[in-house]
Amino acid sequence: MEARKIKTPLTEEVVTSLHAGDMVMLSGEVYTARDVAHRRLYEALLKGEKLPFDLQGAVIFYAGPAPTPPGKVIGSIGPTTSYRMDFFTPKLIENGLRGMIGKGNRSPEVVEAIKQHRAVYLGAIGGIAALMSQCVKKAELIAYEDLGPEAIRKLTIVDFPLVVINDFQGNDLYISERRKWRIGDH
Amino acid sequence: MEIKTKTKLRRINAAKITKAVRKLFIEANTVLGEDVVEALQQALSREESQTGKEVLQKIIENAGIARRKKMPICQDTGLAVVFVEMGQDIHIVGGELHAAIEEGVRQAYDEGYLRKSVCDPFTRKNTTDNLPAIIHVDIVAGSHLKIIAMPKGGGSENVSAAKMLTPSAGIDGIKKFVMDTVEAAGANPCPPIIVGVGIGGSLEQACVMAKRALLRPVGEQNRIDERLERIEKELYQSINNLGIGPAGLGGRVTALAVHIEMMPCHIASLPVAVNIQCHVARHKETTL
Repeated sequence: MEARKIKTPLTEEVVTSLHAGDMVMLSGEVYTARDVAHRRLYEALLKGEKLPFDLQGAVIFYAGPAPTPPGKVIGSIGPTTSYRMDFFTPKLIENGLRGMIGKGNRSPEVVEAIKQHRAVYLGAIGGIAALMSQCVKKAELIAYEDLGPEAIRKLTIVDFPLVVINDFQGNDLYISERRKWRIGDH
Repeated sequence: MEIKTKTKLRRINAAKITKAVRKLFIEANTVLGEDVVEALQQALSREESQTGKEVLQKIIENAGIARRKKMPICQDTGLAVVFVEMGQDIHIVGGELHAAIEEGVRQAYDEGYLRKSVCDPFTRKNTTDNLPAIIHVDIVAGSHLKIIAMPKGGGSENVSAAKMLTPSAGIDGIKKFVMDTVEAAGANPCPPIIVGVGIGGSLEQACVMAKRALLRPVGEQNRIDERLERIEKELYQSINNLGIGPAGLGGRVTALAVHIEMMPCHIASLPVAVNIQCHVARHKETTL
């Protein structure tokens, strides 16, 4: 299937035109955040504090890159497993987060928040981090520097290859594809 | 009986161990083993899903980029797991074995631009040098020092599991536990996976066997026990029937291999451990 080019920040209009199984090439700015950064974002929202970036239409990439060698934009980078962020995610979606990039399945609570607030969960292939780093044109550390690889970075990406896993209609590509390819019961 | 009281010890300098470990971890993280690349290519030829094929092509392409550009294959450059086989006729001079290994890990992760992925379990504060390493040492006959470096990623480790089955559970119980573990893991551990299984021993020994099983060349069957060879084949088939597929996007290839190790256990127990390995199956070894 031909991949469709989309840009950040994601609008409701774009998100509601995406369906589970669609291949997309994402360009624009995305923010890396994983375990500890999510806890901090979540706690900041509970306290009513300002977040280090604007959540409206934002896309979070669950990733912690390898260190940047001299003269490079970024080190190897790819998705980490998303479910660890599930506890914090609905709150972020309620507050404007529109897209997430990661790998692996999400909790029913996240799937519900995606439906209710019209967001999208995009799957990236895990373990192809040298290749994916070539799509990153700019990287800037913007918050939580003390977390090292877990700090929040603003990345400018071009044609990031992704696939829609969970769409706003409640479809789940992991579940539907597994059902399609499964042979018998074990 | 004549007791040999004088054995000539072979001296190995700790600095040599450090240097070897440094090199192994950088290499393991940037150059995917030929057996893994071969297994991925075979997987590509039998995958029927178009998406699955594209995923496998990207995985193979990525390994090439990483090797040429000397970049980590995956950003998760892992916990530094080290297996050491040390001849008892070795005397390490100029330092201590564990410290020498850890210095090699520290240098590799610092100078090789590998991600430091180790933290305090409670505060989650990064130790900043990827230490401590996880070091397993076996003392054996001889005067050689074999070191295996195995960077192990968190995603596939998180979906691994161990269970103390009862003897009545038998082979069927073991198979069910393996299948349940792989099915629950789904897309999370970056399939196609390699499934390491340890059966018997004690709780911790089953886990160590499961991890050691991952060091075998991909797809090499257990040659010591033909019962295990048969179970490996059966599980391999059943796992690939699950339909999880490359990157969990559906397809025929969910596992590249199943490797099982086994040893006797307590009359009351049937320990089984499943250690899942992602497709970036990294390990390099050297003998000093």
